[in-house]
Amino acid sequence: MNQNVWTRLDVMARNLSPFVFTLFLVIAAMVPFQVPGLSAIVPSLALIAVYFWVVHRPDLMPAWVVFLIGAVQDLLNGSLLGVGTMVLLLVWLAIATQRRVFGSASFMLVWAIFVLVSAGSQMLIWLFSSLISGVILDARPLFFQYLTTIAIYPCIAWLFVQTQRGFVR
Amino acid sequence: MKKSVGQTLHAAAPVRAWAQRFAFLFLVIAAFALMLLGKADTVLVERARSVVTDAMAPVLEVLATPVDTVSDIVEQVQELADLRIDNASLRRENERLRNWQAVAQKLEAENAALRELSHLAAEPEKRFVAARVIGDPGGVFVRSVLINAGARDGLDKGQAAITSDGLAGRVAEVGQRSARVLLLTDINSRVPVVVGTTRERAILVGDNTNQPRLLYMTPGSEIKPGDQVVTSGQGGVFPPGLPVGVVIQADEAVLRVQPFVNWAYMEYVRLVDYELPNILLPAAPRRAAPVPGARR
Repeated sequence: MNQNVWTRLDVMARNLSPFVFTLFLVIAAMVPFQVPGLSAIVPSLALIAVYFWVVHRPDLMPAWVVFLIGAVQDLLNGSLLGVGTMVLLLVWLAIATQRRVFGSASFMLVWAIFVLVSAGSQMLIWLFSSLISGVILDARPLFFQYLTTIAIYPCIAWLFVQTQRGFVR
Repeated sequence: MKKSVGQTLHAAAPVRAWAQRFAFLFLVIAAFALMLLGKADTVLVERARSVVTDAMAPVLEVLATPVDTVSDIVEQVQELADLRIDNASLRRENERLRNWQAVAQKLEAENAALRELSHLAAEPEKRFVAARVIGDPGGVFVRSVLINAGARDGLDKGQAAITSDGLAGRVAEVGQRSARVLLLTDINSRVPVVVGTTRERAILVGDNTNQPRLLYMTPGSEIKPGDQVVTSGQGGVFPPGLPVGVVIQADEAVLRVQPFVNWAYMEYVRLVDYELPNILLPAAPRRAAPVPGARR
């Protein structure tokens, strides 16, 4: 009986690891690296994390977890509240409804789809932010962030694959 | 019995699918509600932000420490390489500054004497709180940093944040142990300034670029590139005379300011507690205990 409780706790902790790692990335993206110009183009690590886990382990990244991550990120960043949350939810929806595509997709295909998905998400962020602030915002920083995000995707994905092997069952 | 369980499960599947869809719709509506709430910019949102930053501040502090160490080491190695050149240029600068010191001392004495003569009200006391920059959100549409000091260190909303180079921004949100500093360059930043020796008034307006714009100058003002920009102290929030930057000409019609602060190497900031008693604050405690002989 006791054994059973510990096993269940263990499974729960392991299933929580995608959420915890994503939250950690949200915080890590905020560390001041003191490199000129870097802070303006820090890649959107939360988007990478959410995309990876929804594609590979949708059961561990349900919509409400995505909502929570988005809300924490918006609050912590000081950016427009709700914009990041909404865009992450829409990314979740896009992948959840197209699950058949990812059935036996190779890494290159998953990456290629990420290039499209992140382009869409950056455009939505620009659209929502411009609508809320009432002015047409400069889209160039978003474009540079888009480039760094798709460039760093393989590194983060590799890290997550190791995580999945080590922690998640 | 078994059959009925199977039937229930069979019937439950579409219900569950509907429930999931409904849950997702609910979350989207919640996200939309967050957008509206953020747009209304209520006290609630601000409190939620400071709660989250307070909770994450210890993690950020731990993460920022090794980065600071590495960047310090890199800096030291670079300094070592340029030691001779730096030494020569510092000697020259020291000589120049010595002259300035003499001038400043003379002016200070003169200033004090003139103040005495004209019975000018004394400048309020300034109090400084130093804090470390622990977070740079790097949001594409915001320019702010998180610092590891908050209400318990005496921070308050609106206080000026300065580095050794000049004004960096103002405190926008205060938690218990952390706070957010809105930088001069943020699109929501407005700072009243005076420019040049003619002391023309203007407002420094951020637009998310590294060089904020100068707006609302008096018509026919003679502001030219190279003029020094300092805070004017209008509004009573910032102390007057904090160095901000130098005017540069961006376009024919647009004047911008190159701030003195080096945005890439902001490791520490100082918060200036500058209180103008009786001007901004309703003097409630004073009214309760009237100063004897105040009415003359």
